[in-house]
Amino acid sequence: MGPAAAAPEIATRKLGETTMERIDRVSAAAHRIRHHALNMGEVQGQGYVGQALGAADILATVYSDQLRFRADDPAWEGRDRFLLSTGHYAIGHYAALAEAGIVPVEELESYGSDDSRLPMSGMSTYTPGMEISGGSLGHGLAIAVGMALGLRQQGSTARVFNFLSDGELDEGSTWEAAMGAHHHQLGMLTAMVDINALQADGKTDTVLRTEPVTEKWEAFGWYTQRVDGNDVGALLAAFDNAAAQAAAVGRPSVILCDTKVGRGVPLLEEREKAHFMRIEEHEWQLCREQLSAGFNGKAER
Amino acid sequence: MSTTLKAPKLKTSAMIASFADPGQKTASAPFGHALVKAAEADPRIVGLTADLGKYTDMHIFAKAFPERFFQMGMAEQLLFGAAAGMAETGLVPFASTYSVFAARRAYDFLCLDIAEPNLNVNIVGGLPGLTTGYGPSHQATEDMAIFRGMPNLTIVDPCDSVDIEQAVPQLAASEGPTYLRLLRGNVPTVLDEYDYTFELGKAKVLRGGNDVVFVSSGLMTMRALQAAEALAAHNVDVAVVHAPTIKPFDAETVLAEVNTDRLAVTLENHSVVGGLFETVASAVVTAGLGKRVVPVALPDEFLDAGALPTLHEKYGLSVQRIVAKVLAELG
Repeated sequence: MGPAAAAPEIATRKLGETTMERIDRVSAAAHRIRHHALNMGEVQGQGYVGQALGAADILATVYSDQLRFRADDPAWEGRDRFLLSTGHYAIGHYAALAEAGIVPVEELESYGSDDSRLPMSGMSTYTPGMEISGGSLGHGLAIAVGMALGLRQQGSTARVFNFLSDGELDEGSTWEAAMGAHHHQLGMLTAMVDINALQADGKTDTVLRTEPVTEKWEAFGWYTQRVDGNDVGALLAAFDNAAAQAAAVGRPSVILCDTKVGRGVPLLEEREKAHFMRIEEHEWQLCREQLSAGFNGKAER
Repeated sequence: MSTTLKAPKLKTSAMIASFADPGQKTASAPFGHALVKAAEADPRIVGLTADLGKYTDMHIFAKAFPERFFQMGMAEQLLFGAAAGMAETGLVPFASTYSVFAARRAYDFLCLDIAEPNLNVNIVGGLPGLTTGYGPSHQATEDMAIFRGMPNLTIVDPCDSVDIEQAVPQLAASEGPTYLRLLRGNVPTVLDEYDYTFELGKAKVLRGGNDVVFVSSGLMTMRALQAAEALAAHNVDVAVVHAPTIKPFDAETVLAEVNTDRLAVTLENHSVVGGLFETVASAVVTAGLGKRVVPVALPDEFLDAGALPTLHEKYGLSVQRIVAKVLAELG
């Protein structure tokens, strides 16, 4: 094992800002991520826009406040690793990579097109900043365990973040990895679970009941927090807590994020929830307007 | 009262550790020792297992390099997912379990986490083919059939301790993922008596012969050499070509030997479906050769439990059965 690593500084966070300034900055990033996602969805005519909107606050918190990376050198050895298990959330991840400056914003319109670096399901071999090829659900956390072990073994202080969905809690491999992370005391590993209570065949509690989720992770030995995943302030506090206890040897952390599919666009929030959301051609502009109205309204308060 | 004596039945456990013949020269845990030696030269090498360290000879490595050994528990999806993650950080993992669990249970993890990104992860599978009498739960009779369809994966089926010792550093040095059909415990030493070195991706002619050509891999090369000796007593002259790398396959060397008027026989410790026989057959057809090839392989069925010598005899892998088959073919 390498030398013990102190909890790393948070590199993307701005020093000296107040809590409100910080929340506003991350919220603005989430807003831009949502806009990017709507624009990408419109180009494709459909897609996992609902998930991207729901997860935008989590992705903004990670990319604009927590993750250490170099936008001009996505393969920088010292970077924190962000692993997207849920390949279909790539639309949201690409939006976050654009927000982070790793992928040019103009490139987002190629999403899902032939020869694009931004395929519908995220793959490491296609996209800079994409650490793994997700999509077959239940893989990300196992790979994250190996990365955390490998980085620790080589004395790195980089952290490993794994984004997974509540649907992935159906997969036994997720729990193999949860046990492994605790057994090996991978204190630099932080998982975040997007609990939107929805999966391909319907509501999670009708497909395969995963609750009580908090108690499960606690029982697996993880430092477990559960927050409103669309509340930037709550997300920042939870990620700060996880960062504060990050250590080369220690409990892994999980942040359980309750989110709302389609968040930020009332039209979509109220639509019958579907894994693969259908949005009519004339609705995209309306979605954007609702998104902006909601964000500006909040900003004025 | 009957006093009829029954021959004692062989026990499954008698052959768990080794398929070596009585009195045969063997090496102990050649994989474990080869991995230690490779790791001394290459600090990137790490070892992982899924609660089968002692049964895949990984315990030798764990003892030599405790800080570079990772026990992942009886969790094969985690084993290979984590091996991929470690390779992503620049390490060179050797991850061991039984072939059945690697091939059947963790396929998706090998395929998407390791093979698709073409990572240098070396999968080490114990009990390949028919090397245990425990029945289908442990007998990986179709592992090569499962793995041959996986892009990027190199598949190695070593014959003996010499092959294993020479293969391990080459597997570590080769860039993409590999699958090694592990022979564990007291492994026969056979190829030291031939002018032979293991070269990844190459088939080698071990002996020439005018009447028959054997193309074999894995422990069946040992049996092929023994059968060739036995057939000499019947005035049948047998050549033996050892093809330990199943994929990518050295079609050039093998076809040069097969494309003669000799009887061509493939020998493998694997199902007749999807292994060496079909690899050779596809090379033959692709090259446009109208050549018949006779397979010595396990049948396309779930095999019995029992003692290995009994099972090898029953399913046609024994020297006696090979000799009988060749003589029948030659009429």
